[in-house]
Amino acid sequence: MRTMLVDGIASGPLMVLSEPLSFWGGVDPETGTIIDRSHPAVGESVAAKVLYMPYGRGSSSSASVIAESIRNGAGPLGFILGELDEIVVTGVFVANALYGTRVPVIVAELSDDTRGPILVDARGARSVEAH
Amino acid sequence: MGGDHPPDAPVGQEVVLTAADRDMLEGGHGSGVAFAMGLVVKLAEVTGAPGLVDISGAHIDGCLYHGESGIDYVEHLVDGGAKVAVPTTLNVSSLDLLHPDLYRGSTETATAAKRLMDLHVALGCEPTWTCAPYQLPARPGQGEQVAWGESNAIVFANSVLGARTNRYGDFADLACAITGRAPFSGLHTDEGRAATVIVELDIDESWLGHELIFPLLGHWIGMSCGKGIPVIIGLDARVGEDDLKALGAAAASSGATAMFHAVGVTPEAATLDDATRGREVPVLRVSGADLVAIRESLGFARSRLGAVSVGTPHMSGAEMRKLADMIRGRESAVPFYVNTSRSVYGNVGADVTGALDGFGVTVVTDTCTYITPILGDVEGAVMTNSAKWAHYAPGNLGVDVAFGSLAECVASAVSGRVELDDPFVS
Repeated sequence: MRTMLVDGIASGPLMVLSEPLSFWGGVDPETGTIIDRSHPAVGESVAAKVLYMPYGRGSSSSASVIAESIRNGAGPLGFILGELDEIVVTGVFVANALYGTRVPVIVAELSDDTRGPILVDARGARSVEAH
Repeated sequence: MGGDHPPDAPVGQEVVLTAADRDMLEGGHGSGVAFAMGLVVKLAEVTGAPGLVDISGAHIDGCLYHGESGIDYVEHLVDGGAKVAVPTTLNVSSLDLLHPDLYRGSTETATAAKRLMDLHVALGCEPTWTCAPYQLPARPGQGEQVAWGESNAIVFANSVLGARTNRYGDFADLACAITGRAPFSGLHTDEGRAATVIVELDIDESWLGHELIFPLLGHWIGMSCGKGIPVIIGLDARVGEDDLKALGAAAASSGATAMFHAVGVTPEAATLDDATRGREVPVLRVSGADLVAIRESLGFARSRLGAVSVGTPHMSGAEMRKLADMIRGRESAVPFYVNTSRSVYGNVGADVTGALDGFGVTVVTDTCTYITPILGDVEGAVMTNSAKWAHYAPGNLGVDVAFGSLAECVASAVSGRVELDDPFVS
């Protein structure tokens, strides 16, 4: 399986979700705020972050909400997934095609000491030194 | 990660396209079809599909309005001259076209939502507006290749009908419908349908016949089995489609379940060996205490009752008749909503609709109470028999939820208080 699922480039603070998140019903696409009350990160925002998720969850509408959040500039800068999630790939692929964004989606494991900021590009995902 | 993590396999398997696939991809059928094929090929690439497979039908989830991006996508396809290539049904939308007065949102959003619906019909989709396309007269049979969106419909198609679909997100379902093709990977293949985890019920026999076992077990499976394919041992062979619907819908909202087997119940699990294809897989045990804990997490509000909403996924004809028998001659003290499809509602008959009217039921078609503003300001908890509704409504609507059986929902509606008497109440 290829690890670079959707080509692109992102650089920004890392946000690690310990539990999977359904974007639909879980994220407000206007602001990027997590609204799923059962999610440990409820109230935090995915906007302008490189987002790590172990895998996606729930609704197939999440592809739309991901695309809508990217259209609004309220979505993640890039996605790092613990395993392949086609719904994330679909939402990002369509948003990139429609809006000329270059949001990457990559499969990679995070080690426990990984801290932001993080760079995701064709070479993979890696920590970069903060200046 | 943690240091450099170069992609170890930048491109995996090459997807082999037929001449017809390539023609679509390269614009021979117009720019709309080319765009759709680009997405289908991308999904084939990432899932390691060797090629694409013909589909005989599709179900589209993208007609529910989430913002301008949905309109932009479908408009792009319509402007590019695309039409669906196979019979294609449509999921719930944001509006009830049969009862437009129920919608309490802004006119602006309603106009955009209607435009998104019209664009899908312009592509040649059928205006079915239901999340339960498996309740429509024409539904796919065992072994049939389809491309379905809507998580509960996906799990029902694979598990109960034995039809074959991957878990298509918005956009992807429509791209498959327009090209008539889907990536030949995952649940489209024999190998991809094998059970990956055994779920053994360690539950009191007397509980197994209770209707709440299905949504509670489904919710537990979604939480516990990740993207795996569970095979359940111990379900009663007489379990009906509506119970399997509740199980699948719950699993697909609490987790990413796209298929389950149940030994002696579902079509590809005559035996445990059939389901696992003879492989050794891990075993999970679910106890009564696990289900009591799930019940608690789904909402235990014992406060004042503000409203009741049932029929998520859309109520079947059988469920409507069961409800009618429970409520005939009684009256609800609170607003009581029943979500169903225009197809089911149009066929239930005057006896059922009369009972619903007498009880004071508000029938919602084409949409659902947890995805669009219908309830308005509710004073008190909203009760539901749907684990899916209970899972999503607090985030979507900001309401407190009380979860219970259909009988508990009816008893509570009559008294105006949350009345719980099922065995899963701790």
